[in-house]
Amino acid sequence: MNLKLTLLILLIALFFLSLSTGHTTASFSQGITALYYGDGPLGTVMRQIRLPRAILAMLVGASLGVCGAALQGYLRNPLAEPGLIGVSGSAALGAVISLQTGFATYVWMGLPIAAFSFATLAVLLLLLLAGPRGSSLTLILAGIAVSALAGAFTSLALNLSPNPYATSEIVFWLMGSLADRSFEHVWLALPFCVIGWLMIGSIGKALDALTLGEDVASSLSISLTKTKLLLVFGVASSVGAATAVCGAIGFVGLVVPHLLRPLVKGKPSTLLLVSGLGGAVMVLAADIAVRVILPDRDLKLGVLMAIIGAPLFLHLIYKTRSALQ
Amino acid sequence: MHLFRVIAFYSVLYFFGTITLATENNPKVVSLNVCTDQFVMLLADDSQIISLSEISTDILSSAMAEEASKYHQNNSGAEEVYLLQPDIVFAGIYTAKATVNMLESLGIRVEKFEPASTIEQIVRNMQRTGKLLGHTERANTLVANFEARLTDLTTGINTRPRAALYYANGYTTGEKTLAGQILDLAGFSNIASEVGIHWGGTLPLELLIMSKPDVIITGTTYPGSSRSEEILKHPALKPLRHVSSTDANWVCGTPNIVKAIMDLQTIHPDKMSTK
Repeated sequence: MNLKLTLLILLIALFFLSLSTGHTTASFSQGITALYYGDGPLGTVMRQIRLPRAILAMLVGASLGVCGAALQGYLRNPLAEPGLIGVSGSAALGAVISLQTGFATYVWMGLPIAAFSFATLAVLLLLLLAGPRGSSLTLILAGIAVSALAGAFTSLALNLSPNPYATSEIVFWLMGSLADRSFEHVWLALPFCVIGWLMIGSIGKALDALTLGEDVASSLSISLTKTKLLLVFGVASSVGAATAVCGAIGFVGLVVPHLLRPLVKGKPSTLLLVSGLGGAVMVLAADIAVRVILPDRDLKLGVLMAIIGAPLFLHLIYKTRSALQ
Repeated sequence: MHLFRVIAFYSVLYFFGTITLATENNPKVVSLNVCTDQFVMLLADDSQIISLSEISTDILSSAMAEEASKYHQNNSGAEEVYLLQPDIVFAGIYTAKATVNMLESLGIRVEKFEPASTIEQIVRNMQRTGKLLGHTERANTLVANFEARLTDLTTGINTRPRAALYYANGYTTGEKTLAGQILDLAGFSNIASEVGIHWGGTLPLELLIMSKPDVIITGTTYPGSSRSEEILKHPALKPLRHVSSTDANWVCGTPNIVKAIMDLQTIHPDKMSTK
């Protein structure tokens, strides 16, 4: 309870910090006042530029955190993470294809639907390859293959675009950024993210039972097939929608559950919720950092997350290396 | 009667003879750059133009796309251009170095043009092209018309509304660029100058909104989708008065910028009444 409250307070504080980070020299109180009452340009800046950005950061962070925790719980493998195993990359491919073919323009919710579909394929493929208790090695290798393939096709689709800017956007889709997103993107992502969270939330108890082994879980009348399906669609839905609007942001789902797991004594159902909060905190903080470090250059979120996440990933590989052999 | 016919016959022969002579002496050219394409089309005889660049017919980049479609187009590769055997190749100073060097080493004369961003540079490029093509007089006439047209367009401007040029990726251009010059000649002040951008640079969306420009002129959007261009449709821009988009007339420093200036002036308070 204490942990959740701490994270929530941190989240609220960072949310307001995010709202007051930008190019405009207006003070914090001026900004917040303008958020509610401002009719002039400052009101526009606060409501149309900073508010959607802060909301999206929380939405994306929470989705990645929850999905990381869920995948790790189901596979009982601390290395499972949407970015590393190629789910984010596949979602980005789906998003790029739908944007370049016009599917996103002409079909209602076409963008998140396409990202969701491709993410589903990726999760299914990985579960098929890694199996229910997939070894770390199989999972990581399968993830590398899926990521590489998705990244290559994303680059190809952007290179083939008639739009001269598309090619330069490969880095956005592979690294992710929240710069200048608007409420349109919030409305595209929100429903899919929330549906995904609800699906994953409903398998919390099953994940708890799975820590005792599949046999025990079955004896507690938990349907493994149902759990698996909810996991697949839940992860694909929230990671797909988050990636469709912000690009693939890696390592959030790895770092956050890893840091929080000891604090919840390794209980997967509790970890899901706190990882959601923690993910939102992490991405909000990272998004503030990219604006402070390089205000004019749109430093990609994925770059910052990789700097934080990759050493941890290496550390986890080092710790689990006996299991990898 | 007979004598008259003989005289007529010889004078016609003489007349055509000089034309043939003149055309034979004037160099045949290939252009590799969308801006030199336009200079060549404006000043050369049809028979002098062997080939123009591939984008000369792209309506998004070439102000004379329709006209260019009657000429041959090249892919700006050294091999192709060499086989066309031009007397002079017109290129931009940023045309692929490898191609230009290869052509020069094969003994082809390559004339490199700087992209013009001021009226002086446009005039200089026109006169240089005229001289190279053997049409100095034609170039002088065109320059005189161009300058007269500009004087006409720039007189009678008393107010200068504040305008913002806004392109994909939040890019804007200042008064030292061609687009900045067009904006200035049309009678608008550029908000890029207010934030210290004289050439080109990123203008954060927040700063654009906060600077409250009277009008906003966005870049052309290309087919296909790109995140870079999504910023031009950002809901935060809605409260601003979006007037027009830059088009092919803004791309090259040629007399065609007159059309861009005229388009802009359709919304200028001092010029609207006279239209």
